[in-house]
Formats: sequence, structure tokens, C-alpha cells
Amino acid sequence: MSGTGLRDTKGRPVVVITGMGIVSPLGSGKEDNWKRLTAGESGIRSITRFPTEGLRTTISGAVDHVYEEGMVSSELSEKLARLAGNEAIEQSGIAKGDFPGPFFLAFPPIEIEWSQRYALASASGANEKIEYADLVRAATKPEFRPFYEESKYGVVPERLAEHFGTKGSPISLTTACASGATAIQLGVEAIQRGECDAALAIGADGSITAESVVRFSLLSALSTNNGSPSGASRPFSKNRDGFVLAEGAGAVVLESYDHAVARGAKILAVVEGCGEKADNFHRTRSSPDGKPVITCMRYALADAGVTPADVDYINAHGTSTPENDKMEYLGVSTVFGDRLKDIPISSNKSMIGHTLTAAGAIEAVVSALTIINQRIPPTINYEVPDPLIPLDVVPNAARDAKVRRVISNSFGFGGQNTCLVITGEPN
Amino acid sequence: MSDRQDVWITGTGLVSALGEGLDQHWDALMAGGTPPYDDKTFAPYITFPTKPINYDTQIPKKGDQRQMEAWQRIGVYAAGLALTDAGIAKNAEILDKTDMIVAAGGGERDVAVDSSILTDVRGVEKRDAFVNERLMSDLRPTLFLAQLPNLLAGNISLVHGVVGSSRTFMGEEASGADALRVAHARIAAGQSDICLVGGAYNGTRWDLVLLFSLGTPLLEAPFRPVWDRGPEGALALAAMGAFVVIESRAHAEKRGAKPVARLTNVQSNRNPRQAGDTTSTLLDEWKTIENLVDPKSAVVISGASGAEPATSEERDALGRIGLPVRATTTYIGNGMEAQFLANIAIGCQAVRMGTLFPASGVGDTGEAPSGGIRQAVVTNVGHWRGEGLALIERVD
Repeated sequence: MSGTGLRDTKGRPVVVITGMGIVSPLGSGKEDNWKRLTAGESGIRSITRFPTEGLRTTISGAVDHVYEEGMVSSELSEKLARLAGNEAIEQSGIAKGDFPGPFFLAFPPIEIEWSQRYALASASGANEKIEYADLVRAATKPEFRPFYEESKYGVVPERLAEHFGTKGSPISLTTACASGATAIQLGVEAIQRGECDAALAIGADGSITAESVVRFSLLSALSTNNGSPSGASRPFSKNRDGFVLAEGAGAVVLESYDHAVARGAKILAVVEGCGEKADNFHRTRSSPDGKPVITCMRYALADAGVTPADVDYINAHGTSTPENDKMEYLGVSTVFGDRLKDIPISSNKSMIGHTLTAAGAIEAVVSALTIINQRIPPTINYEVPDPLIPLDVVPNAARDAKVRRVISNSFGFGGQNTCLVITGEPN
Repeated sequence: MSDRQDVWITGTGLVSALGEGLDQHWDALMAGGTPPYDDKTFAPYITFPTKPINYDTQIPKKGDQRQMEAWQRIGVYAAGLALTDAGIAKNAEILDKTDMIVAAGGGERDVAVDSSILTDVRGVEKRDAFVNERLMSDLRPTLFLAQLPNLLAGNISLVHGVVGSSRTFMGEEASGADALRVAHARIAAGQSDICLVGGAYNGTRWDLVLLFSLGTPLLEAPFRPVWDRGPEGALALAAMGAFVVIESRAHAEKRGAKPVARLTNVQSNRNPRQAGDTTSTLLDEWKTIENLVDPKSAVVISGASGAEPATSEERDALGRIGLPVRATTTYIGNGMEAQFLANIAIGCQAVRMGTLFPASGVGDTGEAPSGGIRQAVVTNVGHWRGEGLALIERVD
């Protein structure tokens, strides 16, 4: 690429964030979320969306303030993406409905849901055993047409691309719990290639259903601390017992620095570097030697052209599962060495829960807010430190601090690891 | 960014109703005749199951096979074929840096569990509680991992050791073109040296027959070529897996790898599918490569789906482009996320063999150029959304 604008140490266009949006169980919008995050509030509650009898876990960070009665996962996730995307684009000052670049959407896998299966089964008129062939017979009735669009992967990104007016084929993606970070990475790379001047990246997830709770329960991944919802997500604590499913969305408007400056946009942060590394140890567990996550963080720092000494804060993946937090400690202690004792590391998931597909995007937004406000959100519920994980987790109360550069970690099922390095406005 | 790199396809892996590998596919295509569809299992609908596959050759551990559902096994198998063809299978040093972009669907359900719950829940007073308990007791814990789209890539990492990076795109046919476009752009720009790109799909499943029967016509007897399915159009769901290894020419030459073909251009776009949109998007894409194409030695491998009006609009666009056309979906069915990569692989074989298989249906036009085939334009028109185009070229 040629050009005269601002380039990074590798000669690539500098990629900045000019708009951000966030929805979480804590509330809608940056202002509300930041206030609650820095107040150490929890968004975790007992599930009321559906009956929880027979479930092992009955708590979640469901977005009850966004959910509308009867919504299926694709509808709620789409609404979350729309809310966060609208907030980000409005802040960026880019015209509504005519976004000048591609769209990368981290979105949960969706499918036909039980409410729809009941309706099809009932319409099938089958008296004996109900087979899929019976459902198929009923399916061609016109009243079930909406189920089709609600259950196809390509539909929501298409609708959102129309809504935001993004350009080209919208890319919806999943890298499990790293998805939100991958969406941002794809946008950053497209701008670095000179393919576009701006990109919209959103991670959204509104997929809490009884069956999704069951699926994660069967993998023994969820906290069962049902008696104390707000205390259930306890990253890095000795008594952590699993993550808490949650919903939300994070959105960023990415632009080349030159494009942002040319249109007089306010620069909120810089995405300096991205790293990724796949793990082939196990389908749900990370390599016990931590090598993939160590490599991932090192790649991100190298991509940003910085060293561990340049990092002031780590926005942890910090799920509150026994295994993740131990492995993440191994990773950060290897990468940051002796310096780790001086680097605060906190988990937004202690308050928000684990928003799965959205988490990487939400945490990127919080990382940027941390730099903008020079204040670090805490890890709440940190009452019983785990002696095997000696970290400055910013326990229980937010802290003012000089934060110039953040690394935000995202690690997921299927060996997915993505790290982002975010810093303040370039000098 | 460094200067633009030449991008080569150095390996392909293809599994479909026609068999496995490019040679078996080509032999079956050249033989013509009645495609190997199945009109019984999902009657009245026609589907395209894969030929029987000996998974042990690419997925040696039975435990790994058990942890996957069919769509993942098909994909992991096809990925292994591509890595083997590229000469990088088991080469830990290269695989450690090999990136991966997979186009995937997912959601393979346990149909027996669903059916039995739906049967037993009738008349139960507390329906939700009943279903909660049944799901907790009846679902296999590992089924979830067979449902997650990114676990195709995850299984490829586990079984084949591809661990440079791993990204999964979703969204039917368009995601296959998106995957190849992004992988190509990253290599061309020097962001990546080598990438495994592909997709897998198992449409021979009741839950997917159900999904499509909710909103789009599925093909019933009599079987008709993809171009000739009437004003409403129709799809024939298929099982297939298709992967390619693409890399920078410099990376390939350094390791002594020979190109299957050059991947010169990949595009992926969308429009709201108003009347004429598909035609005009395809023609716009064609315009950007037209000056690279020699009409005397180029053909079109069409990914027409059989859905209407998209298929008729594609035929309109291809008629104006004027190159000889062959649609493969007639022979292999609709493999959604895997479709475009399957056609890329078949396009590679067309430029390698220099011939074209027999025409089938009104949109298959022209004959193979007498001087051989040097270029294949591969189209990807999704049944619902997505218009993509790629240009692959013979490397001498």
C-alpha cells in the first residue's frame, strides 16, 4: 500500500475507533454500562424468561430490559446488534443507513426453537408418535414462513446490512467465545489492507433459552450458585465454579486514522494489534501448557509493535471457570513475567457474565472506556483469593489508574484464541 | 503492507455424491447420465447423500469420529484430502503457521430425542418443566460440540493440527465465497502465507429438510437439471465437503509445491434481490475481471442453485458474458456453505483437464474451447442471498 497518511510501525494504516456501542445485562448504552461497571454492580439474576424447573442452573445475565415476550434467539440477538450498532454509528457521526464500509458480525448459531417445534407438531395432526416427517408435512403452511427466516444463518446479517447500509457481503462469523474480537480483527485487517476506509464490527448474543442452559450444563461449564445470582460469577476466586451465561452486544466503528481525521471525527482509541492462535489440545479445554494463549498474546503484542512492558492493564477473558482462570494466569504470568505484579487484570464477566459471541466486542469497548476514563472496572465477588492465581484483579472496587495500553483476551471452545491491543488516541 | 502476492491453489479436497477427490468427480461428470440422487429417504424430496466414506483414512481415532456429527466428519475428511494433496499433511512446522477459514452451518440435532420429546409432551400440564428435565437426561453432552459451527474448524485443528488461526464464517452459500475472498485478500496483501479454506454441509438430515421446507421449494420427482425447475425453482439438499489450500506463490515455491491453479480474483457481494439485481451484480463483478479473461480459452463453472428467480437471472447474466457454461449443482446438489469451494475445486480440474462435461439443462451452453481451457470463472449465486465470482487460471 502506498499513501501519505498515518502509518503504524509496520507501514499499515493506523486503525482507530470512532464510535462504540454496548448493551449488557447492566443496561443499554456506554453511559449506563460504564456507571454500573465502575460501581461494581452485577447484572446476574434468577432466570424469569422461561420456567427453570429441572435445570441445574437457574441464573443468567439475560437482557430482560431488551427482550420482548415471545422473541426467539435470532430476533433478540438482532435487536441487540441493532441497538449497539446504532449507538456506535451515532457517536461516530457517520450518516445513518449509509455506512461507508464492510460489516463483520459475530453472531450466535441459531436454529428452529422449541416454541416453533410445538407449533409444527400441533399443526401436523399426527396422532401417534411425532416424527420429523410429520413436522415437514406441516411446514409448508404459509403461517410458518417466519420460522424460516428466523432460523437461517444468512438472514440477520443481511437485514442488519440493509439497516446500517454497509457495503459488500456482510460477514457473520463465529469463533465461539472469541467471536466479538474476531469481528474486530477482520475489520482491522480489511482497513490495513487498504480495502476500505471504515468497517463496522459488532458482536451480539441473545441466545439464552432453556436448551442453551441445558447444553452448557451438560458440559459442566456453568456456575450452579443459584442462591446468590449477583455473587455467582467469581473470576480468579478460589471458590469459582463456572461461568454465568449472559446476553449483550458490543459495536465499534473502525476507521483508518486518515479517514477519521479527514471527516473531523473524534478519535476514541486505536486498535494497535491483533493476535490469534488456534489450540488443538481438546474440544473444550485449553492446552495445559498454556502455549496457544501465550503465543496469541505475544502475536498481538508483536502485531502492535509493543512489548509486555508497554501494557498497563489486562482486560481478562476471566470466565470464572476453574480451568480458564488457571490457564489464563499461566498465560499472563509467562508473557508478562515479573512485571505482572504491577499490571492490574480484571474481568468484566464478574459483573456482566459471559456474553459468549458478544464478549470480545463488549470487552473491547470496555477496554477503550478504561483508557478514556483512566479508571479500571473491578473484578467483583473477589472474597476468597485463589493462592495459585496471585493477580492484582482490581478486587471489588474500581480504581483510578494511568492506562495507556490494554490487552483484551478472548479464548473459546474449539481452540479459539484472539487478543486485541488497544491504546489511546495517537499523539 | 507488502506488494500484492500471487495466490496459488496448491491442494484440493472434495467429497460429494460423485465420490471423493477430483479424479472421481471428473470421471463421473464426464460420464454424464442420471445424477446419483436419493428420492426415497426424504420422500417426496430428492437429496444427494455422499458416497460411502472410509473416515478412518483421514480421521484415524474412532473417538474423534464419535465426537463429531456427519457434517463435521465430512468436512474434516475433505480438509484432510486437501492438506494431503497440498503436501502439508502432518507437516507440523507448516501447519503451525497455516491459517484456516471455514464456512459452516451447524445445529445438527438429535432427531430421535426431539421426536420422542414432542410425542411425550402432548397433554403434559407443565410443558416447559417436562422438556427441561427430558433435555437434561436425554441429550448427549457432546452433541453440543457437534452442533457448534466453529467446531468443524476446531476438529480440523485437533485431527489435522492446523493451528495458525481459525475463523468460521456463517450464512449459507455466501459464506463460502466470503471465506475464500478474505483468505485470498489476506495472502495477496501479505497478511498470511498459507490458508486452508473450505466448508462442509450435510443436507441429508431431517432437521435441515424441515428448515428448508418452511420457506423454499425442495425438488421432488421427476428429477430435473438445475436450470429447468420451473418458475418457483427448487433445491436438492446435499452432503458435501470441499476444501482448498491456497498460499502465496513465494511460499509455495519455497517449499517446492506445484500449483493446481492460480486463484486470480475472488469477489463476494450482496443485493436485496429485487428483480434484476442478481443479473446486474454478476455483470458488475464480471466487468472487474473481463479484461483478464481470454474468451477463446475460458469457461464458466456455475454454482446456480436451482432457486428462482436467481437461477434465471444468473442464466441471463451468463448469456451476456457468452462463455461456455456448466452448472455442477445438477450433479452434486445443494451443499450451501460448501458449494462455492466445491465449484472452485471442480474449476481447477476443468483448467487442468482442458475439457468440459456434457451439458445438462437449458443453461449449460457451449462446448469446451478446442485449444483447451486456461481459465475458469466460478459463480456463486446463493439460493436466497449472495452473488460471488472467482477467476482461476492454469499455471504452466
